[in-house]
Amino acid sequence: MDNFDVIVVGGGHAGCEAAAVAARIGARVALVTFSRETIGAMSCNPAIGGLGKGHLVREVDAYDGLIARAADAAAIHYRMLNMSKGAAVRGPRVQADRVLFAAAIQAMIAREANITVIEGEAEALTLDDDAVSGLVMADGRLLSAPAVVLAAGTFLGGRLYRGEWSGAGGRTGERAATALGKQLRDLGLPVARLKTGTPPRLDGRTIDWAALVRQESDADPWTMAPETRARRNPQLFCAITRTNEATHEIVRGGLDRSPLFSGAIDAKGPRYCPSIEDKIHRFADRDGHQIFLEPEGLATHLVYPNGISTSLPDDVQRAMINSIAGLEGAEIAVPGYAVEYDHVDPRCLDRRLGVRAIPGLFCAGQIIGTTGYEEAAALGLAAGANAAATALGRDAVHFDRTTSYLGVMIDDLILQGVSEPYRMLTARAEYRLRLRADNAWTRLGEHAEAVGCLSERRLDALAAHRTALTEVATLIDGVAATSSRNGERRSLGDALIQQDIAFRDAGDDHPALAACDPVALDEIESDLRYGPYLARQEAEIRALAANERIAIPDDFDFAGVGGLSNEMIERLDAARPETLGMMGRIAGITPAALTAVLVRLRRVAA
Amino acid sequence: MGHDDTIFALSSGAPPAAIAVVRISGPAATEALNDLIGMDIPARSPRVVTVKGTQGNIIDRPLALRFAGPASATGEDVVELHLHGGRAVVDAVLARLGELDGLRQAEPGEFTRRAFENGRLDLLEAEGLADLLAAETETQRRQAMGFASGGVSQAVAAWQDECLTIAARIEAAIDFSDEDDVGDADVAAIHMACAALAAKLAAWLDRPPAERLRDGITVAIAGPPNAGKSTLLNAIAQREAAITAPTAGTTRDIVEVPVAIGGIAYRFADTAGLRDDSDDAVEAIGIARALAAAAEADILVWLGSDDPPTHSATIRIAAQADRRSGVEWDMAVDAADVVVSALTGEGMAALLDAIAGRARDLLPREGDVALNRRQRDTLADVAAALDDAQCARDLLIVAEHLRSAMSAFDRLTGRARTEDMLDALFGRFCIGK
Repeated sequence: MDNFDVIVVGGGHAGCEAAAVAARIGARVALVTFSRETIGAMSCNPAIGGLGKGHLVREVDAYDGLIARAADAAAIHYRMLNMSKGAAVRGPRVQADRVLFAAAIQAMIAREANITVIEGEAEALTLDDDAVSGLVMADGRLLSAPAVVLAAGTFLGGRLYRGEWSGAGGRTGERAATALGKQLRDLGLPVARLKTGTPPRLDGRTIDWAALVRQESDADPWTMAPETRARRNPQLFCAITRTNEATHEIVRGGLDRSPLFSGAIDAKGPRYCPSIEDKIHRFADRDGHQIFLEPEGLATHLVYPNGISTSLPDDVQRAMINSIAGLEGAEIAVPGYAVEYDHVDPRCLDRRLGVRAIPGLFCAGQIIGTTGYEEAAALGLAAGANAAATALGRDAVHFDRTTSYLGVMIDDLILQGVSEPYRMLTARAEYRLRLRADNAWTRLGEHAEAVGCLSERRLDALAAHRTALTEVATLIDGVAATSSRNGERRSLGDALIQQDIAFRDAGDDHPALAACDPVALDEIESDLRYGPYLARQEAEIRALAANERIAIPDDFDFAGVGGLSNEMIERLDAARPETLGMMGRIAGITPAALTAVLVRLRRVAA
Repeated sequence: MGHDDTIFALSSGAPPAAIAVVRISGPAATEALNDLIGMDIPARSPRVVTVKGTQGNIIDRPLALRFAGPASATGEDVVELHLHGGRAVVDAVLARLGELDGLRQAEPGEFTRRAFENGRLDLLEAEGLADLLAAETETQRRQAMGFASGGVSQAVAAWQDECLTIAARIEAAIDFSDEDDVGDADVAAIHMACAALAAKLAAWLDRPPAERLRDGITVAIAGPPNAGKSTLLNAIAQREAAITAPTAGTTRDIVEVPVAIGGIAYRFADTAGLRDDSDDAVEAIGIARALAAAAEADILVWLGSDDPPTHSATIRIAAQADRRSGVEWDMAVDAADVVVSALTGEGMAALLDAIAGRARDLLPREGDVALNRRQRDTLADVAAALDDAQCARDLLIVAEHLRSAMSAFDRLTGRARTEDMLDALFGRFCIGK
């Protein structure tokens, strides 16, 4: 038998971050995957980041995670979304070369001495009483550890659909981990089905690029990870095309052969990422839908047509593609498909992403109902850190929704559950003016240090960043400028904000600024610009903090609090909020219910 | 159930009365009833029963009603006894209940508090119920009914929806700006939507405040010394509320009398006579207070021939018609809205009509629900946030102001500051309701 501190099942984005963070904290980690080759594979679109998602990438980076650095290593196109809007909602996003991305992740995993990669199928968890004690592999090998992180993505009970065809599997051409999925059901974990889909991949050599509108990579040299000093790869352009009436006619004609409409799939898919079948069915009045043609890499001809996820039969997919401008002669290299998969209701998890009923078992990523590499990576980080903390006897690692998107996501998942695959959105973060992508290190650096997951390299970089911020802050506060109008003196920072001049563009008039780190300049500028609102949010958070400190015991009997509706009791029992603050955030919980529980808690305490 | 103990109290007005309702709420309510009447009765089915004392003597033959929790007023098991309303009967029944295990007298507001804690009422409804129970006039009762039946809750829910809809438009533009179906938000249109909602709130905020209904409309009776102000107040109050004597300057402080006339609550204030030449320091203070009271009052009833202080709702009276005559009196009658003799009753009805006429302008219209101070303040916060939203160009800041508006709505339905509000709220209840 092989002994470890932490076993991670799954080598996707959640699994890799979980294994890596546990290793950085000092745990001996086994990373179990079907195949070493698929570690760090991007199973859907070849992009990292985006609105809300970019924030998560930067937050994972603040804990010295992998995804931001791997994204830079693989980036072939950079685009800052919402560039025209406030800094807090700008979303860094890159197109990533799949091969380079996986290679970067695999290299980082290989460099981590504490990680042992174990190839094979995880067959079943082993339990000691109720608690996890390890894992049995399909080939009979036994792995033991006091903490196991399940990051199996869509591989649990995964089923692929395309037209009239369907088959078991996670990604095209790979097996599904059905035995483990069955065990989870048998252990009484609440398991339900979700679905998602992917578009056909096109052969880029058969696309008429000249006929299409090009979108170039951003000229401004920002990077996903602040530590990346320069872009590494040649930058490619994307192109934009649209569906048209002819496309829609073809799709309508094939609807009866789509598993989404034939009734083969009844699980819920994401509203924010509908299939082309859904778009055309639900928004019949639209005469076209935008498609981004995104290159999948430097050494491949594959192109990802973003916006036409589908599970129509092959022949309909072909006709549909060839009806679109620029794609008249395009060939499909891999057809699109829908995948229906099991997920564990995240309300059975606590704040550490630990399964309440099975001590030592943690879950992260798509398996708990999220979608996206970024969400998976962030949850992997949280679960991995807590698995390591459990194994090494350290304090639990909590993420707070007032300081991170990661905290928002965990809080949402474990309290509300999911009715569709959960995607990060900036709208979910009530304190988003504070939670900017550009201040992740500052927000979370101290917490990351306390968790003990920062490398020496990162600790040095963090110290340097703090020095740079102090330098800028001193300049901005200290150098007084005189307002021409009324002779009133004010700080340089206030003057620049008032004149709406970006700090990084003010170097000509203020040479001292030219010498400053532009990243630090941006961060201080945003702090100042949103200053009054940040102060107000600060006050609001302090006012709410009292309820966060009122703990609700594990065995608290919600049903015994008179007058709570059955619906409320059901939701409270499913989510088991750990504090009164968490309880108040559960949808449908009324102020009266909160008061009733508070009164009961007082009486129990008295 | 949420509480282990069972509470009881006389829930109707003080005996003697035709009927006295004793209410029992809590886990032992049904058992207590069985103890009292020696039998079971089905829930929700009124029965005439016999209540016996510990010696087997018959105390009363009341109507008994039983409700099983949580579908009851408090969310607990509830029993109501509709007794014959004599003091001795009520005392005997309350004494019997007090002897039972696990039962105790309810504290002020405790029934409503339990109803609220058990989710049977939301905060606005609970506040409305407090007002309803304290309501002494028909107008107050109608107003309180508006809250207790959720009228304000519904309006707030509709505004909340509208606010959410605007916010959703912005959030779509922020989180889905890369989708061609969404595109960039039209900031001008969002500003207009904020303005439209703000206008609706402003219309509610313009309504007369509920305090006037609850506390009464203030009517200041003012005028020169010895003009008959106190006599008039006594006539209105139909009792000797103010000291009257034929010496000028008798009323040196303000005498306030609550009176309900025609379903409207008033607070009449008798004030010191106003004159410029008082040597008496105490009287001078009284005069200053009288002027302040006249200015603050909702309605000013002015006696005498001098010109009254400026006030938006003045009724001029020629008083003491029973003993006045001459040129000066004729001039006073010419200037007056009403000629009155408090002693003979001449003109009193006309005066009360004139006051009621003014009062109706100051009160919420029939069918309108008025807002109390807390509600007005909170809605004003929402309106202010919407105004701020209209000034902001940065979409992110517009969204931030809308978030403030949404959280103000939460305060209105009681999500935040739960405890402070409860203390204030439940302190207002009288026992047994």
